[in-house]
Amino acid sequence: MTQASAPVFDEMHSDGATRAPYALIDAWLQALPPEHVALKRREAEEWFRRIGITFAVYSEGGDPERLIPFDLIPRVLAQSEWQRLQRGLEQRVRALNAFIHDVYHDREILRAGRVPQQLVLGNPQFRPEMAGFELPRRVYTHIAGIDLVRTGPDQYYVLEDNCRTPSGVSYMLENREVMLRLFPELFRRASVAPVAHYPDELLETLRSVAPVHCRGEPTVVLLSPGIHNSAYYEHAFLADEMGIELVEGADLIVRDDICYMRTTGGLERVDVVYRRIDDDYIDPLAFRENSLLGVPGLYFAYRAGNVNLANAIGAGIADDKAVYIHVPEMVRFYLGEEPLLANVPTFDCRKPDDLKYVLEHLHELVVKEVHGSGGYGMLVGPHASSAERAAFAAQLRARPHEYIAQPTLALSTVPTFVENGIAPRHVDLRPFVLTGECTRIVPGGLTRVALREGSLVVNSSQGGGTKDTWVLENDKGLD
Amino acid sequence: MQIVIDHTTTYRYGDAPLRVHQALRLWPVPGGGQVIYEWRVDVDGRKIRPTSRDGFGNPVATHVAEGPSAALRLHVHAEVETLDRHGVVGHTEDSLPPAFFVHPTLLTSADAAILEMAHGTARDSESDVARLHRLSAAVRERIDYQPLTTDVATPAAEALAAGAGVCQDHAHVLLAAARALGHPARYVSGYLCASAEQIAASHAWVEIYVEGLGWVGFDPANQICPDERYVRVATGRDYRDAAPVRGVRVGGGIESLEVLVRVGDQ
Repeated sequence: MTQASAPVFDEMHSDGATRAPYALIDAWLQALPPEHVALKRREAEEWFRRIGITFAVYSEGGDPERLIPFDLIPRVLAQSEWQRLQRGLEQRVRALNAFIHDVYHDREILRAGRVPQQLVLGNPQFRPEMAGFELPRRVYTHIAGIDLVRTGPDQYYVLEDNCRTPSGVSYMLENREVMLRLFPELFRRASVAPVAHYPDELLETLRSVAPVHCRGEPTVVLLSPGIHNSAYYEHAFLADEMGIELVEGADLIVRDDICYMRTTGGLERVDVVYRRIDDDYIDPLAFRENSLLGVPGLYFAYRAGNVNLANAIGAGIADDKAVYIHVPEMVRFYLGEEPLLANVPTFDCRKPDDLKYVLEHLHELVVKEVHGSGGYGMLVGPHASSAERAAFAAQLRARPHEYIAQPTLALSTVPTFVENGIAPRHVDLRPFVLTGECTRIVPGGLTRVALREGSLVVNSSQGGGTKDTWVLENDKGLD
Repeated sequence: MQIVIDHTTTYRYGDAPLRVHQALRLWPVPGGGQVIYEWRVDVDGRKIRPTSRDGFGNPVATHVAEGPSAALRLHVHAEVETLDRHGVVGHTEDSLPPAFFVHPTLLTSADAAILEMAHGTARDSESDVARLHRLSAAVRERIDYQPLTTDVATPAAEALAAGAGVCQDHAHVLLAAARALGHPARYVSGYLCASAEQIAASHAWVEIYVEGLGWVGFDPANQICPDERYVRVATGRDYRDAAPVRGVRVGGGIESLEVLVRVGDQ
């Protein structure tokens, strides 16, 4: 395992040379006058403000509607590199969907002892409401965001799977649009795989999982918790791009187990709900009774087979950070294949030996809450003070089953504009995997970049930025 | 035994409600020593049929009442034939395995007092069933039957501390204690025909999974295993999963509830 002290792989410059996929970007950067850069950065910011792309960050003080910083230097993947990732992503998401179906039906993987029964049946993300329920095409995570990190030319790891309501795809789309507007000449010289068709692919995916008896073109809506949600911008953006209605709970009504949308012309039947509301809030008749965000009776319409939800209720059982440990085993168990994408070696703090190791090596590990997300509730050992580590150790001893730990990987870097020119910054990649009647992956995904020097935390809630992600259409002329 | 159930629930609203949504779990799963001759559920005179099953296998239906009616009347009429199986329900065909029912819920988490009671009644030499009977008796001893001291959202630990409650409190405390001892346990809602001509409330009790026997019913409120006077309707982890009626309403002021159940021997 590569430790933080190990040499960092820079995706543009390695062994004193420019890597082939970055040849064009390198030449472009060298020819770019510094004053031009400042101008383009201001222009980019202007574009984002005009588009209205914001991201609310839940923290005290500051501007909650601040822009996520955007870096002008694209992150580039060769077609051959992407092909390999794409196969791995398809395989992993197929296994995740098979796992979720299995845990709500025959539980073969638990009976076979390949995943601990307790971990699934005692997990708050396991929803008994979903037991014994057949879903269209047996798909649970229709939209999966798989977070990948890279440590070398051929070393990729899955950091986590997001099987519930992964966000960020609007940044992928906007980043490309802004780059196209700012640097059209660059795209004339490079053949970059387009990403703009993502909303079409998403709509096709959602339509393909309409209830079996749905006749004609299925009606799809996007259900948002409303303007106070941090991802509301994305909800509005995607609904607009897909040409579907953006609705909130009060816009939908369930009668006789059929879901309708209120329109100026009366009630219109809804077949598929792309919901960006968590399970707990989706239906006060079935889950939290005090939820004002959801739709009373939606769960019952779903069980009656009259409406489909994407992603499925209960899909979160597959993205629990302790369940994550077992994903490679799921690939072997359900597909009979060797996993193409590796997991980060992970210590399961519920195991006494693992816990002991973690406590002794806190200074070199990343410790995460099993149910946490967004970079909250985690400790990056090498960057924490000894007081922070001591406080975290106490939490670990008190509730070991709530934590996992991983080695601090030397994440790859990509050159990034910083205050004094250009410097390498660590990145990750979140591709979006769509599953309906087939698997669709728009080339690339969202590259997040940790803007602080040496920082490994790329979450936008923790001061991360984004980059446009290029997948080259062909590798001709590359080594 | 032939049992006739006539169960009327009337919801009254201070102001006319704009809209009431209800999820009903008022239909039994056939089998398990019960033969259903008739089972009819009406809401304000309109017949409602279950349209799907929930994850626990309970038949469910929802309905929406809209407009300015200030009351809502739910009626169950059923004719059932039951057998005395001494509480043994056995191995039922469920989508969820017994192992799922060992995990506590918000309403059934065991505090120190419940743990102490559970471990205090556990004796190594006894059979599981004998031990569970003692546990069930301990629950009844510690909680007096006193209506209106608790509500459906009262957690087990609170009911035990108060020492008073109704059948769902007895059930929740027994669930918490049995699970603390490692036994899968589930909540059952249904009807009890206490004696001919008697007017009773709908009832709640517990089923505990015992190796070899499967699910075995325990009624802590009456300190017996359910016999032919019991009609099983819905099951779940606790009251929230198996509640006969769950409702959400928009507007309507203060809600009051009137229940009239006539469970008769025929």
